[in-house]
Amino acid sequence: MTEPKTAAETLRPSRSLAELAWLRFRRNRAAMAGTIVLLLVACFSFFGPLFVSHGYDEVFPSYVTVGPSLTPRPDPATLQAVAETTAKRGRVELKSFSVENGTYTAVITAARPIDPRTVRYFDRVNEFKDTTVKDTSADGLTMTITGHVHQELFPFGTDSNGRDLLARIMLGGQISLAVGIAASLVSLGIGVVYGATSGYLGGRVDNLMMRFVEILYSLPFIFLVVVLVVFFGRSITLIFIVIGAVQWLEMSRIVRGQTLSLKRREFVGAAEALGLTDWQIIRRHIIPNTVGPVIVYVTVMVPQVILLESFLSFLGLGVQAPLASWGTLIAEGSHNMQSAPWLLIFPSFFFVVTLFALNFAGDGLRDALDPKDR
Amino acid sequence: MIAFVFKRLLSAIPTLLVVITISFFMMRFAPGGPFNLERPLPPQTMANVMKTYGLDLPLWRQYLNYIANALTGDFGPSFVYKDNSAAELIFKALPCSIELGLWALLLSLVGGVIMGTVAALRQNGWVDYTLMAFASMGTTIPNFVVGPVLTLVLAVFLGWLPAGGWGDGSLYYLFLPVLALGLPQLAVFARLTRGSMIEALTTDHLRTARAYGLPARVIVITHAMRGAMMPVLSYLAPCAAALLTGSAVVETIFGIPGVGRYFVNSAINRDYTVVMGTVILVSVFIIVFNLIVDVAYAYLDPRVRHD
Repeated sequence: MTEPKTAAETLRPSRSLAELAWLRFRRNRAAMAGTIVLLLVACFSFFGPLFVSHGYDEVFPSYVTVGPSLTPRPDPATLQAVAETTAKRGRVELKSFSVENGTYTAVITAARPIDPRTVRYFDRVNEFKDTTVKDTSADGLTMTITGHVHQELFPFGTDSNGRDLLARIMLGGQISLAVGIAASLVSLGIGVVYGATSGYLGGRVDNLMMRFVEILYSLPFIFLVVVLVVFFGRSITLIFIVIGAVQWLEMSRIVRGQTLSLKRREFVGAAEALGLTDWQIIRRHIIPNTVGPVIVYVTVMVPQVILLESFLSFLGLGVQAPLASWGTLIAEGSHNMQSAPWLLIFPSFFFVVTLFALNFAGDGLRDALDPKDR
Repeated sequence: MIAFVFKRLLSAIPTLLVVITISFFMMRFAPGGPFNLERPLPPQTMANVMKTYGLDLPLWRQYLNYIANALTGDFGPSFVYKDNSAAELIFKALPCSIELGLWALLLSLVGGVIMGTVAALRQNGWVDYTLMAFASMGTTIPNFVVGPVLTLVLAVFLGWLPAGGWGDGSLYYLFLPVLALGLPQLAVFARLTRGSMIEALTTDHLRTARAYGLPARVIVITHAMRGAMMPVLSYLAPCAAALLTGSAVVETIFGIPGVGRYFVNSAINRDYTVVMGTVILVSVFIIVFNLIVDVAYAYLDPRVRHD
């Protein structure tokens, strides 16, 4: 039991660079909080719909623009009025109406014999379901019908089309996050290949390629993105290609800078001596070694891309209905803010929280991966 | 100095050319032109229309014509509002955007520099932390959230200000849009100023100034400010160009008849000439402001001239 420990056991194993970075990251409270919030938002957006019974495009005509509330709708007190209007729609008169334990009983009368199919009028409103005929009087002029009161929960309220805002915010989160990541990957691909090629080939090619980037830099990109999206359709795929295509400039500059210093190193010379082609060296030796700064820049880029997508969607040029991103939801909210402020408040809240979390996590990652850059 | 300005002017030419070229070719090859009506025009009418707009010429002639016209500020007739030229429409909207942009620029520059300086002088105190928390909120929250939320609070809930519209163009109507447009930029200026001010306050010549017993006001305003303003100045160019040519979002939210809103509407209506004219105009703004800042930079910091 009490064997003396050998020297090898008491020495801590040396830490790899990744472990050190992770340690630094964990010590940064804001960054950890940001990461956790980000994970929560992602879970909320991607797994939330499993727990919400309403589809994002499901319309509830009875609940148009209802405010957020934690008690299920409908309020039992309003059911009498609902039954009256429903009866009127079915051209019958409501004689009595009562609710007991989630089951309602109504007596309806009419001047002419009542068609049993009248119950469909009751099933058609969102408040009632499973309506059946319980009893019909001998002359067919009076009918007792019964059915369940159907309750729906809208914790965030509904929009002006009667769709559940909670389900739509979840969908918006899915689209915003997915576009953010997908578009960042597109620009990552273009930027890394372009920058590595330019830096590695050097000389006149490098000069020309960087000159081109410089010219693109001074273009009014927001405007060009709008133009591209308008001219070539408004699909989600196009949006992330377009955004990715305009975000790669900075990435290519960073990768080029890295490449310039890498290509003087011995292992590249060795690869050259072994007779590898330029493209093989770029692919196998240059690009893998630029990973650190590239990851850092991607974390900066994701919030920018999400912003750009939301900006386009806000102007009505991005995601089209019935799909929604946070940008379209905020736009809808700002159009309806006088009558339904919750339509603006909830999506803005999620959007802003996500942006903050992304920024904090990104800053933390930069500090962790690149401690001398503080 | 003159040679420097001249060199910078020359380097702006390829940029402008690229913008015009992209504009032209996107316009020509975009699907669904303004003449793709649901009921096709008779061939003779179509030919006449093409001729009127010069679309029957060979492509390279059209391209050269477009460049020549664009350089004189003529972007062709608007495809949607057929009685107006694109340039007329754009320049009608420009004053609104410029007025809005100038106020926003003034707010963000003055407010940001003051905030940044105060934060730098009280470094790591609670004033600093509060101001910088505010600034990081400003840089993170985009103006299409700030705008509607400010309107919701100040106009809808409190009823102090109008919720939108140009009105008579007075500050009463402009206050909210200026705030929405200026606040994010103000935050950027505040951060920049704080960073460079802290650096400037630790330089040798400022230590000397302090040793001479100069009053704090003179040290900060006369000596530290000059060095600290360089990063602010270089951010001023893109910022001014963006603010003056109108923010599409802010103008859409508040219903201001400026270039930005006009641009989005024209893009949706496929009014190609107006859209491309706006893109070129914005590029010119960006180029001119970059030039002004470069010259100012060279004036303030002689090292730049010999780069």
